[in-house]
Amino acid sequence: MSEATETKDIYKPTSPNSKLDFASVWEYASAPQDASFAEVKDRYELFINGEFIEPSKGRYFKSLNPATEEEIADIAEATQEDVDNAVKAARKAFEGEWSSISGKERAKYLYRIARMIQERSRELAVLETMDGGKPIRESRDVDIPLVAAHFFYYAGWADKLEYAFPGRTPEPIGVCGQIIPWNFPLLMLAWKIAPALACGNTVVLKPAETTSLTAMKFAEIVRDAGLPAGVINIVTGAGQTGAEIVNHKDIDKIAFTGSTNVGKIIRKAVAGTDKRYTLELGGKGALVIFDDAPIDQAVEGIINAIYFNQGHVCCAGSRLMVQEGVADKVIRKLKDRLETLIVGDPLDKNTDVGAINSQQQYETVNKYLEVGVEEGADIYQSKCSIPEQGFFIRPTLFTNVAQSNRIVQEEIFGPVLTVQTFRTADEAIQKANNTPYGLASGVWTDKGSKIFKMGSSMRSGVVWANTYNKFDPTSPFGGYKESGVGREGGMHGLAAYTKI
Amino acid sequence: MSIPDFNQTIPIDHVGVEERISRLNSRSIKRESKVQALKMALNMMDLTTLEGKDSAGKVIQLCQKAKRPHPPMPDLPTVAAVCVYPSMVSLVKEQVKGTDVKVASVATAFPSGQAPLSVKLDDTRFAVSEGADEIDMVISRGAFLSGEYTKVFDEIAAIKEACGDAHLKVILETGELHTYENVRKASDLAMHAGADFIKTSTGKVSPAATQPVTLVMLEAIRDYYHETGTMIGMKPAGGIRKAKQAIQYLVLVKETLGAAWLNNKYFRFGASSLANDVLMQIVKQQTGVYQSPNYFSVD
Repeated sequence: MSEATETKDIYKPTSPNSKLDFASVWEYASAPQDASFAEVKDRYELFINGEFIEPSKGRYFKSLNPATEEEIADIAEATQEDVDNAVKAARKAFEGEWSSISGKERAKYLYRIARMIQERSRELAVLETMDGGKPIRESRDVDIPLVAAHFFYYAGWADKLEYAFPGRTPEPIGVCGQIIPWNFPLLMLAWKIAPALACGNTVVLKPAETTSLTAMKFAEIVRDAGLPAGVINIVTGAGQTGAEIVNHKDIDKIAFTGSTNVGKIIRKAVAGTDKRYTLELGGKGALVIFDDAPIDQAVEGIINAIYFNQGHVCCAGSRLMVQEGVADKVIRKLKDRLETLIVGDPLDKNTDVGAINSQQQYETVNKYLEVGVEEGADIYQSKCSIPEQGFFIRPTLFTNVAQSNRIVQEEIFGPVLTVQTFRTADEAIQKANNTPYGLASGVWTDKGSKIFKMGSSMRSGVVWANTYNKFDPTSPFGGYKESGVGREGGMHGLAAYTKI
Repeated sequence: MSIPDFNQTIPIDHVGVEERISRLNSRSIKRESKVQALKMALNMMDLTTLEGKDSAGKVIQLCQKAKRPHPPMPDLPTVAAVCVYPSMVSLVKEQVKGTDVKVASVATAFPSGQAPLSVKLDDTRFAVSEGADEIDMVISRGAFLSGEYTKVFDEIAAIKEACGDAHLKVILETGELHTYENVRKASDLAMHAGADFIKTSTGKVSPAATQPVTLVMLEAIRDYYHETGTMIGMKPAGGIRKAKQAIQYLVLVKETLGAAWLNNKYFRFGASSLANDVLMQIVKQQTGVYQSPNYFSVD
């Protein structure tokens, strides 16, 4: 067998921590997504009252591609005057045309926006990836399809609100100030805007300062869809712009997705006012694997739970708890699987893990890696090569960790997993719930009764069973404890945008 | 190494398996990595003819194809083996003498396996004595499905002994096992009983090879390797007709077992019509245009 002998000779393991060699012999050639067709302007203005207008103070900030550290565009910085103009436009639209049209007419606009998003889905996916660093596979297959799905879903509710609240007369709240994060820029915009419009509100939305690009593309879609002026206003800027929205006297409701710290500041700011608010904040989700679980599929679930979108997911499952009998096997399989994650150019169709969203977040995650090592945990990182330019972090897991460790307690918001073991279900529940957060968690077992026991005992808004990070517009989403207030998505999401 | 209790079932979540497949299928294999994959696939192929009407003439032509898959491109690798019924083994042996092409023979009352063990052993010994390098046996699905795991195990072990130096591929006939749990159990059983390769199908039952079934088997091979240090080969067979499918299978192998399995000692395709599509793709990669199927010999 000369052929076989030859190939045996060239076989040399390249990953010293794994007995299997996933790197040599056959490598995938780069498969870059064409990005040339996606038009990017040098400068983006504010979208107020149906027009693109320059910021009053004339200040702009730069948006970077985190994978290359190159500048993509200048983004307008909205100051107090601009926010005020946006709120006035939203108020005028709310009291004018928008509140006098029927639910059926509002639905038409939402359907139109949804279809236009679908038509421009490839362009939006490319921009989302360039601006935010997420792999094109995810922006193309997850983010943008879900964005369109959200608009389609809430379009369906617009003329059926009285069926959502039987016996009541749902009314819109008014002008909604919406502040969204950088991890799923366009999807979070959809989560906020679609239900707000379906219920008849008008909005002033601020995207995160590192990811404004797709929001401005969305503004173009809004304009092209012929939505009445002022119904949707988009003001770009950083924390100060957000504060102007939160503290504006003529805003009726604040909807915020972001960190728990900022969420607390917002809650203080709106205390004593008649502003309503919904907050979707941080998380530190537990993944519980029992020894009767389908292990290979559970490992795939863990990969999806923590390395999806570089771990920049508020509902990420970042604490793995594995029953002691299968712990060694699960850790071995996880390490093998880590080696097959392709880290690098987010625009490459084969990339599994892209760039960390910003230098600031890159430094935060790296700080936690140091903290973990100082706390005495064993660090394991995949051996993949990462680009020299750009903010990249190898998928990481920490074993030998304690419940008291900071890396177990604090939200890292990066591709970092901690692994603990447990003996009994009660112990797993206790550890899973021993956190200030309560957004999402996962359970893997072959036994249905165990799923129900865990599902009702784990204090988190979502408990996924034998899967993770599954989203659908029909399903409500939100947190317990410091993970948030209120629910988004599904019929529950309507309640946050209606007076009943 | 202890033999597992085959009355215990390893749970497999079919939703998870199929999701993993669709994720692996999203790999985009282009340019030089595609050419390399196509050549690997050609080199991993067991060119197969298993029909009652097989003639010496047909088998000889198939052997020519195996040795020189596409004469206009003399630098292409040979296929891995020619796979025939025992009665054709000596003919193939003579035809492929002096080349890297192996002689594979089905045996053990292929494809049903409905015969006494003594007949299966005779069938195997005959094929080996005629010169087969590799024996593709079928398991007794009836015994397996009725829970007689020891019987199935002992049969495989006996056939392995009868094989002598010949490599043993154990066909699970996954289309008749119905659940991924059964596929996993049959894989574990075959490996512990002495299989050098585990193989999905005879090609006579539908569905034949599928990617989810192959993934479950590759994961069984991976666990066996971690437990014992022994590398077992994998052969999906039947239903793989297109080059694109073949590349998808190679992606499964690469990302489940890694580089050491990416050669014909550890991975084979059992196929009769795949070769020409792979050849057509290789020519397309070289010339930039698709040729007419008439330019490729049909054997």
